[in-house]
Amino acid sequence: MAELKKTDEPVDATPNVSEVDVVDAHSEEEAVAAIEAPVERGEPILQVRNLVKHFPLTTGILFKRQVGAVKAVDGISFDLYQGETLGIVGESGCGKSTVAKLLMNLERATAGEVFYKGQDITKLSGRALKAVRRNIQMVFQDPYTSLNPRMTVGDIIGEPFEIHPEVAPKGSRRQKVQELLDVVGLNPEYINRYPHQFSGGQRQRIGIARGLALNPEIIICDEPVSALDVSVQAQVINLMEKLQDEFNLSYIFIAHDLSIVRHISDRVGVMYLGKMAEIGTDTQIYDHPTHPYTQALLSAVPVPDPDAREGRERVILTGDVPSPANPPSGCRFRTRCQKAQDKCAEEVPLLAVPEVFKGLDSPVAHESACHFAEEKDVVHAV
Amino acid sequence: MPDITDKVPAPAAIPPSPSTEDGGGKDTGKAKPERVASMWSDARHDLIRNPIFVVSAIIILFLLVLAAAPGLFTERSPFEKGFCQLSDSASKPSSENWFGFDTLGCDVYTRTIYATRNSIIVGILTTVLTTLVGSLLGMIAGLRGGWLDSVLSRFTEIFFALPLMLGGLLVASIFQTGNVVTVALVLAVLGWPQVFRIMRGAVLANKHNDYVMAAKALGAGTWRIAMRHVLPNAVAPVIVITTINLGVYISAEAALSYLGIGVQSPNISWGLMISDAQSRFLISPHMVLFPSLFLSITVLAFIMLGDAVRDALDPKLR
Amino acid sequence: MTIIDKTADVPAPREAGSDGVPLLEVRDLHVEFHTREGTARAVNGVNYSVSAGETLAVLGESGSGKSVTAQAIMGILDMPPATIPRGEILFHGEDMLKMSGEERRKIRGSRIAMIFQDALSSLNPVLSVGYQLGEMFRVHRALSRKEAKAKAIELMDRVKIPAAAARVGDYPHQFSGGMRQRIMIAMALALEPDLIIADEPTTALDVTVQAQVMELLADLQREFNMGLILITHDLGVVADVADKIAVMYAGRIVETAPVHELYKRPAHPYTRGLLDSIPRLDQKGQELYAIKGLPPNLTSTPPGCAFNPRCPKAQDICRTDIPQLFPVTERDGGELAGRGSACHFWKETIHG
Repeated sequence: MAELKKTDEPVDATPNVSEVDVVDAHSEEEAVAAIEAPVERGEPILQVRNLVKHFPLTTGILFKRQVGAVKAVDGISFDLYQGETLGIVGESGCGKSTVAKLLMNLERATAGEVFYKGQDITKLSGRALKAVRRNIQMVFQDPYTSLNPRMTVGDIIGEPFEIHPEVAPKGSRRQKVQELLDVVGLNPEYINRYPHQFSGGQRQRIGIARGLALNPEIIICDEPVSALDVSVQAQVINLMEKLQDEFNLSYIFIAHDLSIVRHISDRVGVMYLGKMAEIGTDTQIYDHPTHPYTQALLSAVPVPDPDAREGRERVILTGDVPSPANPPSGCRFRTRCQKAQDKCAEEVPLLAVPEVFKGLDSPVAHESACHFAEEKDVVHAV
Repeated sequence: MPDITDKVPAPAAIPPSPSTEDGGGKDTGKAKPERVASMWSDARHDLIRNPIFVVSAIIILFLLVLAAAPGLFTERSPFEKGFCQLSDSASKPSSENWFGFDTLGCDVYTRTIYATRNSIIVGILTTVLTTLVGSLLGMIAGLRGGWLDSVLSRFTEIFFALPLMLGGLLVASIFQTGNVVTVALVLAVLGWPQVFRIMRGAVLANKHNDYVMAAKALGAGTWRIAMRHVLPNAVAPVIVITTINLGVYISAEAALSYLGIGVQSPNISWGLMISDAQSRFLISPHMVLFPSLFLSITVLAFIMLGDAVRDALDPKLR
Repeated sequence: MTIIDKTADVPAPREAGSDGVPLLEVRDLHVEFHTREGTARAVNGVNYSVSAGETLAVLGESGSGKSVTAQAIMGILDMPPATIPRGEILFHGEDMLKMSGEERRKIRGSRIAMIFQDALSSLNPVLSVGYQLGEMFRVHRALSRKEAKAKAIELMDRVKIPAAAARVGDYPHQFSGGMRQRIMIAMALALEPDLIIADEPTTALDVTVQAQVMELLADLQREFNMGLILITHDLGVVADVADKIAVMYAGRIVETAPVHELYKRPAHPYTRGLLDSIPRLDQKGQELYAIKGLPPNLTSTPPGCAFNPRCPKAQDICRTDIPQLFPVTERDGGELAGRGSACHFWKETIHG
């Protein structure tokens, strides 16, 4: 395998994404002004370009030496349009949670850009970054660890106002917090309680209220319902959909549950080992998947209907996800793929509309990073 | 069985409430009289029901009164003229002088009472100093990480390699002033690394929690994250060790004084009294017995208090 | 498959079903936890049974008592704080709650085995998996080290761990989540038990691996003709492998049914609500149906039917009378085998 292509450097795997209108802000004021500017519905609000995050692996006690890197996110690009929900699915270790942290600027990107209204937020600092923080908020997975156990609900939801005092004058904060509690369906009288007095679903509502406090434009949801009971999941999903309409929010919805992602998302991206395997509208991905990984993932989902189940075609994958510290050459999925050929080990497939489907006016014509893309319906009973 | 222990008590005070709109489980249930349970109120609830806590707290309260106002318990003062009469030398306890007299003819009862103040001062002063320095540096090391953390951690390890008593001997023999504040300083210099380690560990355990992430995502600065989010969640183990340390430092002071390098005459200390009287222990045991008794009870009370606080604050032991 | 001599003190396994005695039968089981907040009634009179070769799925949310029941069967409840004030757990017709600790220990592992959700914390990190698998044979079967190792490799092969002979000396952390769960299954299978209790065996795994593990478990169960109690909150996983389902809510069984029946025609409003609240993979739905409210607090379950505050069908009787598990029949009274519903209005629920 000596003649393998060099794959260490992140390849521009998505050559066909739209050009970003970069705003060239020369001063902090200009940057803040650009961030405050409104975005039309349906226009891109967040544009991710070749985003890379490598976590260094080091060895040695006193003198640390880098011996490799976990390639958690390895060159992904996508757009988020104002008012839509973009779902990101994938198995554990595919890098989807790292994407969330990168978008929130909670981790520094190794390379690549995240443009929010034309401003690269990975390079912002000071006032401009604070302004971005106000507009991009996050809802966390675990409602048990994401709320400070020593703070009352009022303090937790009111903290955003203390950090950004310009949003709500001091006297009005308590009332604002109570309004938020009401919006997420909790009794405003609970303002003085502590998180542990609430159940998981209620805590997640508190987390959502905190995310809403600053009136953000984008909310990044990292597995927001996977820690909740089935009967409570639906309540929280409905609440999030209601809030999206009410406050004109754009969501990035990261989850491993494909059914929930389909329900809530307008578009869906499928990630595998730090790369985007396939991206498209929910119909394109779920009813017309062309990437073998998407097909395997969809066919593995247990469907709560034994009759429908028996009529479905199943693709059972063998083996486990390889280590992101040492991903396979070429196509990362090839080690588990039934269609893998020599080409897959040599060439990294680009995320683009596959040649065979180009120009077709059909849902199969969407971006899929596979050399041998082929449509297969695995979701509907035959 | 996380199924029950984790989840069941959680919604304790909240009645399952009827819903109004969108099947969304809107809580319209009338709030019950607020029982605001927090770690502190739970701990208080546990503490006042713990007999060990009650007993040790009463003893400590009594000792504090002794230290603050020894005049309430004895009409005499060891500093007054003619306090020691050689004619009383080594007299046994009597109905008038309950604890008897020492070799120089000083009243043991009065001296023991007055010595309480020095022990308590050393205990509290040392604890305050170690806690301030140790927690502050521990917070900084834990939050900043990197080279600063490495340097501070390696530095404290040097102290750990040095036994408290040996270090105390060394440092105290350099200063040799023999007053209470010096002794407290010496003990504090040797004691802060312990608090540092505990604080640093607690900060490290807390700083990766999602709520710290959430605060960062809101744009919170380092100071706010440290004071509002990390410190309140890391402070419990420090409080426990601090309470226990009060007793440890009091006994360390007594030991240094016994060895002649702690509190020195004309100041009074239990350790000093024991040291002065030990050679005549077989003939006049009362001269050793009473200060020893006070010392033991004091140290025991603080250690028991620390144990009770630990039980109350550490949910894992519940 | 020859069955090696089972523990002598316990009566030899009878062919389940031949004399009408099921493999395991739980009768009127109650479990209480005494906590700071009061007495939590985690299990309130549960009845169910499993025969050899049968899979019973126990479905419920957190706090429904599904795991507590399983722990009571295994005899691994922490007592205190738990107590079992009432009930019987019959294994081959014999009440395990009346047995001595020693007798129960002999049953545990060799005749009833359990698979846990979190394979990593269930395996000892400092011992190789081969050693841990072999331990079962050394302790219960008094095999030599060498024989035990051979057995361990055989087991790892059987649960389809690739290169078993090469990996027998590896430690748990060197395996992936799916492989660790296979090792847990191998361990449970080691002594060829009559019954396996799997508590959320695939919840911590990714979907693609979930499918593999469930398939393996189903294959092995068929091969060994074991009884399987599958405890889960996932209606999807259940649909795949179960023969019959018992739905639990607030410590009671609220509905029992054969698997196909349950999904087609639920006879309890809670089951119906659960089924309706799951989004579908094969179509984009409108707003999700959501069961309103919250699961009850077990220290103060509502009077009457525990589901009544959340139930769209609740009437006055539901707030006063606890519904028993009524047998569910066809509209014309025709018998529906194995179906029951603890709802005063089961007729309205199933027949509309």
